Amino acid sequence: MNAGPAASDPILERLPGLLRDWLLQWLPEPVRWLANSLIVIGCILAVAGLLFAFLTLAERKILGRIQNRPGPNRTGWFGLLQPFADGIKMLTKEDIVPRAADPVLHLLAPVALIAFSVLTFAVIPYGRHLVPVELDGAVLYFFAAGAATELAVFMAGWSSHNKFALLAAMRALAQLISYELPLLLSFVPVVLATGTLSTTGIVAAQAGWRWHFLPHWLVFTPWGAAGFVIFMVSALAESNRSPFDLPEAESELIAGHLTEYSGFKYALFFMAEYFGMCALSGMAVTLFLGGWQAPLPFLEVIPSYAWFAAKILLLLLGFIWIRATLPRLRIDQLTRLAWKFLVPLALVNLGTTAFWLLTAPWAGPLQVVRWAVALALVAGPFLALGRGLSAGLGPRTYRYA
Amino acid sequence: MLGTGLLQGLAVTARNLLGSFHDPKRFVTTQYPEERTKLPEAYRNFPFLVSENAVDPMGTLRCVACQICEKECPPQCIYIEKSKDKKADANGKPQLYPAVFDIDLAVCMSCQICVEVCPFDAIKMDQVFELATAERFNGLVLNREALAKPNSYFQEIHPTEAAEVDGRLAADRKAAEDKARAAAAAKAAPKPPSALPPPPPAA
Repeated sequence: MNAGPAASDPILERLPGLLRDWLLQWLPEPVRWLANSLIVIGCILAVAGLLFAFLTLAERKILGRIQNRPGPNRTGWFGLLQPFADGIKMLTKEDIVPRAADPVLHLLAPVALIAFSVLTFAVIPYGRHLVPVELDGAVLYFFAAGAATELAVFMAGWSSHNKFALLAAMRALAQLISYELPLLLSFVPVVLATGTLSTTGIVAAQAGWRWHFLPHWLVFTPWGAAGFVIFMVSALAESNRSPFDLPEAESELIAGHLTEYSGFKYALFFMAEYFGMCALSGMAVTLFLGGWQAPLPFLEVIPSYAWFAAKILLLLLGFIWIRATLPRLRIDQLTRLAWKFLVPLALVNLGTTAFWLLTAPWAGPLQVVRWAVALALVAGPFLALGRGLSAGLGPRTYRYA
Repeated sequence: MLGTGLLQGLAVTARNLLGSFHDPKRFVTTQYPEERTKLPEAYRNFPFLVSENAVDPMGTLRCVACQICEKECPPQCIYIEKSKDKKADANGKPQLYPAVFDIDLAVCMSCQICVEVCPFDAIKMDQVFELATAERFNGLVLNREALAKPNSYFQEIHPTEAAEVDGRLAADRKAAEDKARAAAAAKAAPKPPSALPPPPPAA
């Protein structure tokens, strides 16, 4: 929220900034910077917290509907108070620390996890003038903070002094580090194309429309679409979501690194997981889906933050939909997918992007050649790698005794 | 092609998500306390005592306190005390009645043996399953007032069995009435000269 709103913007666009200024005018000048930061932090925590609360409800409702049942509908109108009932339940539960556990680390793990996941919210541009911290290396900062959550997960597994927790923590490390690579490689083309690591810069580079209806979002280029898919698959794995929820594979590892946690600490782990999911969705929106940009010129009357919210909710719905559909992978399948499939594809995608950028001046019929070559560069390796990896594996024939 | 299976799966879940809103056949959940599904006729859990009518359940119990069910009950959850006096049953014949008839539901195993051994069709299986109580001992021991339910209720929950029982009881009653009438007619008629012994009283 550092960039001051321009007076030419419509009132809805300036509203958050105006509110902030109105609140700050009551304070003396020397403490305004501090109050400004506190307001921003408070807003982020409130919005993220409420989003988490209602996301759990939405998830349960949608999962229910997909399984042809109504989902929670007893607490309040349509079950809208369910998240708060869950919260009260979690708060009143006994907090159990195993005798053999390391009490300090056991306490610090959820705190560190939630701290690192909240940190990632700092650099996402939520609207035209709504970016909490303007950083030149914002994307780098985002992924650094996100990667630090792995430390907290391992802390939880190690400090619990429980073999399931430790096994799960090892798995989590293997998974998170494996998927860190495709995640990072998938956004490098974006940096290559926009020439900036700043999130506001990346969103600004996606402004405008071709022929007044096709937005300049990066997902509408061949390499952008491929990068987006790789990013989302890696994001699924990074946020421990199904089908990559191996660290908590309850059929194998009880509750994974959460085995020895109860009450509010347990809730904090879940909160961090959802925060991570929201942050990665927000980053996907920023990198590939044009951030807060409206999809069509005449839709710009709707304020930018509403567009950002709509896009992020759409991606979160996708997360829930995938969770309702796909069964969990095995650990070897999981790492194989990362190292043998996503990483090579992401590397090839880098080359595709280089080709795309080098051929930017091509026009006329050459434009068709450019699209054809780029699409072939995306689809060819995908098909070849897919064929090679699944050779000898599929389709299985089942024989019943 | 690689990945099409995933998309097919996503299509299936999406179809279910949308279908649950407009297709009631898909949406199988019953909102239990407000809505109830009709229990199948053969469903049974604990026994109840049949009375002829709902107005005077204690006066019209079919049970004659013969104690066969008490003796046959495998977990011995039935406790009966016979009455000292006799009351007229549905056929007008004086019968004993149970002064105390208790069933401990905590012990009952829903085997239906009491129903099968009862010669008077006086005990039948109920369908009530909401029997949770706050009191562990006395709350689950039902006395005869709690156990007595009218025949109309039995007809409602087990229509086939009730029709069969009602038919049989009506036939018995008719036979008894015919016999009584025949006996009365025989009494009224002039005695034949052979001086037969008097007909036995109606059973």
